[in-house]
Formats: sequence, structure tokens, C-alpha cells
Amino acid sequence: MKLQWMVAPLMALAITPASAEVDQHARLLAASCAACHGTNGNSVGGTAVLAGMDKGLFVKAMTDFRSGARKATVMHRHAKGLTEDEIDKLGDFFAAQKRGR
Amino acid sequence: MDRRNVIKAGLAGLAVAGLPEMAGAAELLRKKGPRVVVIGAGFGGATAAKYVRMWGKNIEVVLIERNAQFVSCPMSNLVLGGSRTLADITLDYKTLKSKYGIKLVQGEVTAIDPEKKRVVMNKNFIHYDRLIVAPGVDFLFGEIGGYDQVATQAKVLHAWKAGPQTVALRKQMEAMPDGGVFVLSIPKAPYRCPPGPYERACQVAHYFKTQKPKSKVIVLDANAEIISKKGLFTKAFADVYGGIVEYRPNNRVMEINLAGMSVKTEFDEIKGDVLNIVPPMRAGNIAKTAGLTTVDERWCGVDFQTYESKALPGIHVIGDATSAAPMPKSGHQANSQAKVCAAAVVALLEGGTVEPLPVFANTCYSYITDTEAVHVANVYRFDAEKKAMIVADGGGVSAAPSAEEGAYARYWAQNIWSDILK
Repeated sequence: MKLQWMVAPLMALAITPASAEVDQHARLLAASCAACHGTNGNSVGGTAVLAGMDKGLFVKAMTDFRSGARKATVMHRHAKGLTEDEIDKLGDFFAAQKRGR
Repeated sequence: MDRRNVIKAGLAGLAVAGLPEMAGAAELLRKKGPRVVVIGAGFGGATAAKYVRMWGKNIEVVLIERNAQFVSCPMSNLVLGGSRTLADITLDYKTLKSKYGIKLVQGEVTAIDPEKKRVVMNKNFIHYDRLIVAPGVDFLFGEIGGYDQVATQAKVLHAWKAGPQTVALRKQMEAMPDGGVFVLSIPKAPYRCPPGPYERACQVAHYFKTQKPKSKVIVLDANAEIISKKGLFTKAFADVYGGIVEYRPNNRVMEINLAGMSVKTEFDEIKGDVLNIVPPMRAGNIAKTAGLTTVDERWCGVDFQTYESKALPGIHVIGDATSAAPMPKSGHQANSQAKVCAAAVVALLEGGTVEPLPVFANTCYSYITDTEAVHVANVYRFDAEKKAMIVADGGGVSAAPSAEEGAYARYWAQNIWSDILK
């Protein structure tokens, strides 16, 4: 138990640089999604919860919206407006977000 | 120049020259660390306040708002249609204080002093390191004859800021006899919420269709055509509200005759039982008096990477007050601009890098009936050469109104309200 407590701060230190390098472009992009999908992807009603979503599922959904393989009311418009790289980075961002508020 | 304008002009002069120390002037909230002050807690300002707190490490945020509660303009046409109440679209600011530690000050900013970096509230002042101005719009009543009179404004409503006027206009509709005429006039663009007037025509017509079927909505549009979702609204006026909505383009209201309850356009005089005259608009008063309105003396020119004013460094402007075409003056856009601005302000205060290529989306829903809605959606992308936000591929409007989109419009409102305030 004591050992765990000592290890935890060290691990926190080790991951600090990575979390400080949250992709700014992706964070801002994701913030735009919040209007319908909630702050950091935590939808409060009706729309998909993107926080903690598996990256593969996210990228597949967006790619299918883009191609028209998946029917949508507005998501095909948003997916077409983004680059593949942006969709990929958004996938990373949302996968890293905690569910719940 | 009326008395109010003289005072405003006086304040504007002071704002540029630097305010002299006033006897008994008191500093509200002593500044310790880096501080951002936000003027206006609407879709733009409240979002900016929350996101500066979320993304900044130790930046104090003071949010100044004149109203005690947040009343949403989006969805407010449904209050006129009768499917929502004002209570349904009213939210409080409590969570911004309790969860994000934002300092809320209720009151009116009377001037901005960019030299001393402080905002003035009558005899008091608050210092800032960076200021975010989100004042929304104010109305140019003087451009329509008779509309600057108090008696006219007591009876002829715009209801273009959701709140007491929304409820009062609904009451006028309820008091109207079946077979009456509701005149809705639309100012020349740009104005707040491009599809809003056409949605309003639908909502008023929806009420008439279900409650007072002999009544009419006459839409007098100062613009040459429907300026948003044109095909969808044209079809709705003809198919859903045929015989109720009469749309007249190129009809700018020049004068209001209160005694005769009529309005004059260039061509004729139109009588109405209810006159709902939406005046031309410009950036909110404080933007004007502070000297931020660099575009047509109405709108605020900004840098689209930071939303810093083109006129005054250290002061950022977001939302409807900005000159930001092709982006619409919408709540979603104010919310998106607020986040780009918040990220830039945090970077500028904490020594980070400002995002060079902001990208964001806008989705605007309009209700055609009480349950069916349509959308316009676009992604906007910063163009480094043009130094402007440009429309990305893939944008567009719905094929037809649907209940499915009506549900999504509801989810949009729930989520964006939460994103702004919770």
C-alpha cells in the first residue's frame, strides 16, 4: 500500500509532458463539437457521447459519414469539412477524455 | 443628438483619452494574479469565461452581466409559437461560480479605459490584463421614423432579445382577434440570427393555423430575398402556411404610425393588429462607446486567430458584435469564437502558442412547426492568406423539415446551454 502511494506521484510526473502536449488544434476542434455533443464530448442528451469513445469507432463513424456510407442529418457536413488528419487527432482527443461530468 | 447619445459620446471621448480619477472611485475586486474580464454572459461571453478557467492554469476570470439570468435567443421563437415557455429557455449562472470559480458581477459597464486597462461601472472600476467584450447587438431605433419614441416602443415590440419582450409579444398574439394581421419586419443584413425572422414567421403562423386560422402574417423584408435557408422557407410559407404567410421582399419599413397601427414602406402603408418591427442593429453599446466598431461604424473588426480588436490591443471581441462574414451572427458561432478566443487569451497570458489555423463548425436549426426543424451547417476554416474564416467543403441545408431534426435541434439546445453554463 505504502509503495503504491510512492509510485503514483512518480508516474504522474512521467505522464505530465504527454498530457501537457494535448494537441491544441484537436482540442479546439473538439470544443466546437461540444455544442451538440457536450463539453469534452460528454453529451447531456440525445447525441452520441464522444468522451472515452474508442478511436477506431470514432474514425470509422466519421469516415462513413464523409463517404455517405452512414446516413446522417448533419454529421456528413461536419465530417466533409475536416481533413483525415483532423479526424484522426479528434479520435485521439475524445478517446482520452473521461466519461461523466 | 439626444441626452443619452451625448452621455455616450462623452464616455467614448473619455475611453480614448483615459478616464480621470473620479472622487470616491472604488476598485471592485483587487487584482492579484493574471486576470481576464469578460463583458456579457451570453452565448459568447459565458463560454469564454468558462473555457479560460478550464484551459488556463491560474487565471482569474471576472464575468460582468447586466441580467440575473441567461435567457436563450435560440428556441425563443417557440415561445411565440406556444410550444415552449420562457422558463424552458431560462437558465442560471450558479455553476459558473461553483464549479469554475468565475467571479460574477451583475451590473452595467459604462466605459472601458484601455490605457489603465480597466472597465468602469459607474463610479467603480475593475482592472484586467486582457478584456473579452461580448456585448451582442443593440438596436438602431432611429433608422425607422417614430421608433425612437418611448410610447412606440411600449407597443411595437422587436422581441429580438429573448426575455420580457418575448412574453409580451406572445400576449399580443393571444389578444389578437381571429382574422387579424401580424406584421413582421426584417432589417437589412447583417443582423443577429439570419434565419431567425423566417423561423419566427413560421412559429407565429403555426399558432394562427392551429388557433386563429383566419389570421395572417405579413413579412416585410428589407432584403431582396430570404437570406437563409431560402428554398426551405419559401416552401414552408407556400405549403405549410399557404394563405397565412405573405412574404414581401425589398420592403424596408421607413416609418411607424402608432396611432393608426401601421407601417410605411417605400411603396405603401400596411396596417396590422400586431406590429413586430425588428430594427437594424449594430454591435452592443459598450463596443460602440469604447471605439471598437471599426467596420461601417457598426461592427467590430477582429483578428480571427485571437479575436483581438483591430482598434485596441489587449481587448478581444466575440460573437454577434464582430464583423465576421461569412460566419453568421449565431449563438453557435459565438460559442465557437469564444473558445478560439479563450485558447488565445490563455496562450498570450501564460506564454503558450496561439493556434495558427482555427477550424470550427456552425449548426443552426430552425423550427418550421412545433416539432419539425431544418438545419444549415458549415465548417469554417482560417485562411492564412486572406486572414479570414472561409467556408469549408460539405456545408449545406436540410432537404426537407423533419421531426428527426426537430429532436436534434432540442439536443443541440440542451448541449450548448450546458456547454456555456454548466
